[in-house]
Amino acid sequence: MLYNEPSPLEVRILSRRFGLPNSASIDTYLAHDGYVAFKKALGMKPEEIIEEVKAANLRGRGGAGFPAGMKWSFVPRNSPKPKYIVVNADESEPGTCKDRLLMEYDPHQLIDGMLIAGLAVDAHAGYIYVRGEYRYLIEILDRAIAEAYDRGYLGKNLLGTNFSFDAYTHTGAGAYECGEESALLESLEGKRGIPRIRPPFPAVVGAFQCPTILNNVETISSVPVIIRDGGAAFAALGVPKSGGTKLTCLTGHINKPGVYELPVGFPVDKMINEVGGGIRGGKKLKAFIPGGSSCPLLTAEECEGLTMDHDAMAKKKTMLGSGGVVIMDEDTCMVKVALRIMRFYAHESCGWCIPCREGTTWLRKILVRFHEGHGRREDIELLGDLSKNMLGRTFCPLGDAAAMPMMSIVEKFREDFEAHLDGKPCPYEHVSQLVSA
Amino acid sequence: MTFSAQLEAKFDKLLHSYPPGRQRSAMVPMLLYAQDEIGSITPELIEEVAHRTGTTPLQVEEVLSYYSMLHKKPLGKAHVQICTNISCLLNGGEELWRQACQTLGIGHKEVTADGQISLEEVECIGACSWAPALQVNYDFYHFVTPEKLERLLASLRDRT
Repeated sequence: MLYNEPSPLEVRILSRRFGLPNSASIDTYLAHDGYVAFKKALGMKPEEIIEEVKAANLRGRGGAGFPAGMKWSFVPRNSPKPKYIVVNADESEPGTCKDRLLMEYDPHQLIDGMLIAGLAVDAHAGYIYVRGEYRYLIEILDRAIAEAYDRGYLGKNLLGTNFSFDAYTHTGAGAYECGEESALLESLEGKRGIPRIRPPFPAVVGAFQCPTILNNVETISSVPVIIRDGGAAFAALGVPKSGGTKLTCLTGHINKPGVYELPVGFPVDKMINEVGGGIRGGKKLKAFIPGGSSCPLLTAEECEGLTMDHDAMAKKKTMLGSGGVVIMDEDTCMVKVALRIMRFYAHESCGWCIPCREGTTWLRKILVRFHEGHGRREDIELLGDLSKNMLGRTFCPLGDAAAMPMMSIVEKFREDFEAHLDGKPCPYEHVSQLVSA
Repeated sequence: MTFSAQLEAKFDKLLHSYPPGRQRSAMVPMLLYAQDEIGSITPELIEEVAHRTGTTPLQVEEVLSYYSMLHKKPLGKAHVQICTNISCLLNGGEELWRQACQTLGIGHKEVTADGQISLEEVECIGACSWAPALQVNYDFYHFVTPEKLERLLASLRDRT
């Protein structure tokens, strides 16, 4: 059973097997083009595989949006060291719940993608790093891996070739920071998830200090269809410089929340009103997060004519991010939203870089004070100044991830902060967020 | 320390999942799976995991204090984790959190006197499109309403 009704406006490429009976089983996968791409890739040169991924304009689906083909081409294929494929399944960016579905409904698509990535860089082992809370998915993935070994799609000398590949799952144990690639690699090595200084990047010094391809679940899951149909076909689904489809999680004040597969470049207005059935209770849009709580927020005005792609979002000084769309209606207290987001980053900061460790905690404290009605007028400026001083001053993007939404909220929703001054109660205090059943 | 045959098999598999000399990688998974079986991270478990992964107890302590799912104190048999992060907040997650605290008479990271239920306000659990959401141990509950929460807590209390 699917979590939400599909929308007729979806373009179901990665999710095309979702909802089939036993969609996670290898038999279903094999009956629907399963491992066809891997077989095709076995006959391709590594450079040809990487060229297809480049031609697909596939950009990282975890949040940063880095071109995947380029990332792969940085791996020194001729290095004498072993190479690894690491899948980032630490999905924990607030607003994001799409990798869950890719693993729950189509784990073999992910394994297929890992095998192809392995061929591209001569890697013979891959790890899927799954957040600890997703235990049921580890069980699904482990079953899928066992099936693949049984049927000869994992193990030694696959399909009569000299290519061998092993796949493993690895559980996290609760840490947002481990979704950051270098912290994830530390965690995979049995350490605290503290980010590494880069360069060197994981492509050169990654898992176990060896060259590594590290991509998000959705990125790797996109690879089989790219190899099967060609990079150009995938690229054509999206917009120039960003190809394919994006699993988009509609969340917040929306009539039909759910995960929908939409072509990159889909209009925001159509996404909210047609795919998502409009804003709950017929209210007006107040604020919009394009892809997870690390993105700068947009106002309703800024969403006019906007499309869901990397370049369009960059023009609005925000990011496409992870696909976690958060819709906030006119009765949303933006001080409260800022407070909740900062509580999160203060909790998740690993504490290594002082601007992030102290900055997030300081922001949280000011916002608590503000929301309780003890804010001072100068605090509004202080929130912005503090955030600016965190930007770019940390080893990993967590500091920026906190600073960017904070700066956008004080800048764009200043009136909400002013409404809390002089001991006034929160103007939205009476609004219940519960959906009346 | 002795563990169930199932857990021993899991440990064995884990210790063979990483490159030679990299058994330390198995540390966090071993701690979490063992915690699921014995209820918390005990000093004996720390010693045992250190021994099996070729590390020192101090190294295990250093690592485990970083991860929010690893606990030295036992949790309730049913560990109720309510998400109040952004997408859940916008769908009443905080109201559900307050309701659970009131119904159970306990707060964040506390356990009921009979040891049956513990409560934790958690960060995003990846159920944002089906908010408000919570987890009981590893099971997800989506589109939670005050009525559903009340029934769930009652059923957990009766599950002795």
